[in-house]
Amino acid sequence: MSNATLTNETVHRVSFLDKASLHIPILKILQADGTTYENAVMPVIDKALAERIHDTCVFTRVLDERMLSAQRQGRISFYMTCTGEEASIIGSTAALDDGDVILAQYREHASLRYRGFTTEQFMNQMFSNEKDLGKGRQMPIHYGSKELNYQTISSPLATQIPQATGVAHAFKLQGKRNVAICYFGEGAASEGDFHAGLNMAAVLKSPTIFFCRNNGYAISTPTEEQFAGNGIASRGVGYGMHTIRVDGNDMLAVLAATQQARAHALEHNAPVLIEAMTYRLGAHSSSDDPSGYRSKEEEAKWEQHDPVKRFKLWMINKDWLNEKDDASAYEKYREEVLNAVKVAEKVPLPHIDLLITDVLDKPTPALEKQLADLKQHIKKYPKSYPKSAGRI
Amino acid sequence: MAEMNMLHAINDALSIAMQADKNMVVFGEDVGHFGGVFRATSGLQEKFGRDRCFNTPLTEQGIAGFANGLASNGMTAVAEIQFADYIFPAFDQIVNESAKFRYRSGNQFDVGGLTFRTPYGGGIAGGHYHSQSPEAYFTQTPGLKVIIPRNPEQAKGLLLAAIRDPNPIIFFEPKRLYRASVGEVPAGDYEIEIGKAEVVKSGTDITLLGWGAQMEILEKAAVMAEKEGISSEIIDLRTLSPWDIETVAASVKKTGRLLINHEAPLTGGFAGEIAATIQQECFLSLESPISRVCGLDTPYPLIHEKEYMPDELKTFEAIKASVNY
Ligand SMILES: Cc1ncc(C[n+]2csc(CCOP(=O)(O)OP(=O)(O)O)c2C)c(N)n1
Repeated sequence: MSNATLTNETVHRVSFLDKASLHIPILKILQADGTTYENAVMPVIDKALAERIHDTCVFTRVLDERMLSAQRQGRISFYMTCTGEEASIIGSTAALDDGDVILAQYREHASLRYRGFTTEQFMNQMFSNEKDLGKGRQMPIHYGSKELNYQTISSPLATQIPQATGVAHAFKLQGKRNVAICYFGEGAASEGDFHAGLNMAAVLKSPTIFFCRNNGYAISTPTEEQFAGNGIASRGVGYGMHTIRVDGNDMLAVLAATQQARAHALEHNAPVLIEAMTYRLGAHSSSDDPSGYRSKEEEAKWEQHDPVKRFKLWMINKDWLNEKDDASAYEKYREEVLNAVKVAEKVPLPHIDLLITDVLDKPTPALEKQLADLKQHIKKYPKSYPKSAGRI
Repeated sequence: MAEMNMLHAINDALSIAMQADKNMVVFGEDVGHFGGVFRATSGLQEKFGRDRCFNTPLTEQGIAGFANGLASNGMTAVAEIQFADYIFPAFDQIVNESAKFRYRSGNQFDVGGLTFRTPYGGGIAGGHYHSQSPEAYFTQTPGLKVIIPRNPEQAKGLLLAAIRDPNPIIFFEPKRLYRASVGEVPAGDYEIEIGKAEVVKSGTDITLLGWGAQMEILEKAAVMAEKEGISSEIIDLRTLSPWDIETVAASVKKTGRLLINHEAPLTGGFAGEIAATIQQECFLSLESPISRVCGLDTPYPLIHEKEYMPDELKTFEAIKASVNY
């Protein structure tokens, strides 16, 4: 039996490796002023792709800003932004084929938008109305769309990671030229599922892209209290897969890395790990207040690295965009989102009959009876069940 | 005595226990400087230092296994699982390890100093990943004690007893009541006996049995029933495993009727276990079938949360049905 290790050097005195033994460079293509580094190798990008990326950036910024204020006004119960991480999320999604399956953590609504999720669809989910594809069963931001190959968000962290390995493996067994990409935070990378998922992908050879948004915090926990090693990238190497660390605020670097990761995954039936170094500019969620665990100075420093602005400047430098059109794109989406809020708020809620569907493929007799009893009860006390009483 | 909410009472209990026991540590996701997402561990790191109250990486499996190791080596470990919905990655460590340390080693090793605290339950518009009541998964596991308090005073006394009990404990905290439930709490150190139910209100016509956040519901339903001339005896089970059969049976022998209420789904819920036992103990005293008012056999819904909940109206209807059987 062979022991598949790569050791070929022998030493004759004890010498340990440590995290500094692993030199992990960081890919940067785009500078803060919108120019590219000298000698930088560009991703495959044309004007149309750049415009689609920019459009998604603008929409996402507006959505985050508007929905956070809608949450503060009490119109929706909960919200999560991806502000500051747009380049990581959109840059990676833009490198994929629309048939590649996305398994997101929760902060990747920009990917869904990139694929074509409409403003109305976002609102229907957040207002849990009867047009919500998820039938009003999950909290706001738990989107999913079979049509757009975006699996529905599940709250328990990291569960999507081994699932992505399985999705990608299914593509391989079916002979399809597609990959699965799964997103997760550096916090979620501490879960057992992360290690299981990466190891299985590497050993079973599943064309999976593991995309870590290393954004500095998991709720209040900074990275120093999350891991002691050399970030998340070192683990990809440890599991035996192609790994890259990129500047997560650099749209072009993320795009380039993901394009090549996808090509590698398909060519070799092999997983790839991408670690995007970025920063969670906003709060963890609308229930969180980051002033309890980080400084304003730190946030201000990262605002200087705004990924959306950097990409905009690049487009302007290339003459693919001007300030005026950029500003009017924001205006257009502000209005669109506001109108969509007003419409979605008025759409009726899902019917009470949906309470027992999809538990299994068909409701069990016991569930049928529970629903019938419940309806009897609601008829007796209609005022106490205003969300369902009017429609029994 | 001081007025405090349930979070303060829990924080107070942790602080008193840490003061008294130098071997006690408190840890979990975000529990360090930040004080936990619900702030139950606020100020503990400032008071006792980073070695005794600290953040862990985000891994429930790791937290539980680590807690087992600490407790097996003489520490008093109080681990927070951020939401009971996220206890399942730790399930193996709790069910196969915490619960069996003592038994499998012939009592050479145990993890008696271990307490898991975790917020459970719905009524907060949290949908199915922030609302579950997973107690029955644990009551079926020999080797664990399962406790659920109903108000701040109970939470403090039961938690102090749990931390000092020589067995691994799962302490479910009703998050719906964290801030909503405010009451008088004795200032000093006190314990409430584990394994003992409490008769919260005595009555003659029916026994209403529940725990945790549902105790409020039972009390409201009892007031409604009172207006119809029905006198309810209300019991808070407090400890689900091992549960106080004697107190419940004595009450049912007196009233002749039993209604059990819990938020977890009906099928396989802990009410089924109670009903079977009481039916055995009190068969000749029962005047109507034992009634269960529970969650539906669905995942915990978001938009139809109100409809799903075993609320006071459903309980009231079931009381009447039982009395008029
Ligand atoms: C298994 C599990 N444990 C705990 C939580 C609660 N929780 C939700 S988000 C979060 C932090 C996640 O941090 P990270 O993965 O770094 O992603 P980020 O929020 O920074 O994008 C935690 C602890 C959860 N959802 N699932």
